[in-house]
Amino acid sequence: MNNLLSLQNLKVNLMSPRGIVHAVRDINLDIAPGEIHGLVGESGCGKSMTAKSIIRLHDEKKMLYSGKIIYDENRDVLEMNKKELIKVRGKEISMIFQDPMTGLNPLLKIGKQLDEILLQHTDMTKQKAKETSLQLLESVGIFPAEQRYQQYPFELSGGMSQRVSIAMAIACNPKLLIADEPTTALDVTVQDQILNLLKELQAKNNMSILIITHNFGVIAEICDRVSVMYAGIIVESGTVQEIFDHSKHPYTMDLIRSIPKSGERGGKLVTIPGSPPDLREKIVGCPYAPRCPYVDEICKTSAPASKKESDTHIYACHKDIKR
Amino acid sequence: MKSSTKRKLKSFFTAPVIVSMIILLIVIILAVFANTIAKYDPNEIDITSMLKGPSVEHIIGTDKSGRDMFARLLFGARTTLLSAFAVIIISVMIGVPTGLISGYFGGLADKILMRISDVILSFPCLLLAFVFVSAFGRGLINAILALGIVYVPMLAKLTRSLVLVEKNKVYVEAAKSIGFSDLNIMFVQILPNCIATLVVQLTLDIGYAILDLAAMSFLGLGVQPPTADWGAMLEEGRIVITTAPLVAIAPGIMIIVTVVALNIFGDGVRSYLDPTQRKVPSLRKFRKMVGAENE
Repeated sequence: MNNLLSLQNLKVNLMSPRGIVHAVRDINLDIAPGEIHGLVGESGCGKSMTAKSIIRLHDEKKMLYSGKIIYDENRDVLEMNKKELIKVRGKEISMIFQDPMTGLNPLLKIGKQLDEILLQHTDMTKQKAKETSLQLLESVGIFPAEQRYQQYPFELSGGMSQRVSIAMAIACNPKLLIADEPTTALDVTVQDQILNLLKELQAKNNMSILIITHNFGVIAEICDRVSVMYAGIIVESGTVQEIFDHSKHPYTMDLIRSIPKSGERGGKLVTIPGSPPDLREKIVGCPYAPRCPYVDEICKTSAPASKKESDTHIYACHKDIKR
Repeated sequence: MKSSTKRKLKSFFTAPVIVSMIILLIVIILAVFANTIAKYDPNEIDITSMLKGPSVEHIIGTDKSGRDMFARLLFGARTTLLSAFAVIIISVMIGVPTGLISGYFGGLADKILMRISDVILSFPCLLLAFVFVSAFGRGLINAILALGIVYVPMLAKLTRSLVLVEKNKVYVEAAKSIGFSDLNIMFVQILPNCIATLVVQLTLDIGYAILDLAAMSFLGLGVQPPTADWGAMLEEGRIVITTAPLVAIAPGIMIIVTVVALNIFGDGVRSYLDPTQRKVPSLRKFRKMVGAENE
């Protein structure tokens, strides 16, 4: 297997004033070159923590990692020193954030922000950097690029700003783009445009995308594979087809059931009762047991090992539930 | 591109900024051309005409040694402005990087730098300057150095607090995620977002610097007589304020006018540096524009 990125037994613990938070508990995740991988789960289940760990964006004075983050088959991100890390960030792995309006420096012109990235990572002259920036702006669908180049972030709409963030993220042709809820802060029509843009750029530059979301619509639209996260672990992972049509984990089933369907009127929205466990506590047994409709005695005492349904489809549940 | 630069510059020149700039320009011209404008040598003592009121010969009178006040004001502008700016430049050169480092990196560096600042701040600022000057010798240069260093902690703490707010914003995280070095993040990303507040503080500090330098000159630790300096003149005038009030009032007015003009100018620079406040026409103009559209 030649994976672009492979998280092996990654654990992320962070110090909080009220105790240690086990935000990510032993996850394994592989991303192949050129694939769009979705990471889905409800709020506070460790999706963003996982994503930020990949480029070690956390404040490391309050954070402890263990496990491995293997990039490009033999380089462990967790072993890198600061210099190597800075070379990887932006150039090989880059990231876009949820809220585009706060993700851009409010006092620097769009063009200047793009130029700075190119100047930092390449040997371009200023003139060349400007030309490349203008091309980048056009490639993410910002017209007229020449005029936008001179503008400040507050003069752009949310969708425009997110396009600029994407341009910044792909400026150095990274091999992996981490998109942390890229469409959550945008309205629906713009969401669609941004997703199409990501898909288009992925095909053109042959990069991989790790897209983090709580929206199954996003997953269905652009992902190749999906991992479902719950309480800091990955409970199920497979291709989009497998997850949507043959999900094996009760949590995945509940999530899919709670997507509002178009055409159905008047019915109540389906919800999952209860709330996710406190990540500060040690979890005995299956983390989903308290909310699971199929719960059994064994679920409460021992943690389920991951089972293989097919080469691509893995899930962690004691039972073999038929839908 | 050229026209947009022009438009932006135009938004800088609002009425208060123009007035303050004219005042500052006059003061600077008077200081630079003091040699040709003044008819008298500022240090020429004339015992026969002590504490004279305004006359044709001496436009704003003479001081207690019979020196021409007008000439002394012009030459005083040189020393006062130059030394006040020097104080500010020294404190900025040390204070801003200190604040950036301690705010951005935090941890041990922050603790050490801030405790040193606390030590300096725990003494009254003039007292510490006195200690410095008495240790290294009196004179204008040492007074400037002393005040410059004494002003560092306040500036460092201000910068640090601004950096602490900025460094947790998403754009800083985004900058990190894109692989900018710490140096770039500190000076290119965070510093511009702090400058607006710093500029205002600095224009206020120039006023303080003028006054503190005056106090030091009064005690004989700063400007050495007979060199003309507004602060020193103010202190000289204090003694004779009942008999010849003009000797104190004239340098006082010069200090006030200069400091106020500097503050207004600083405020103009601040709003110019904030792009969200720029480019927007005044409310009156805006109403007119909307009205014209409706017609």
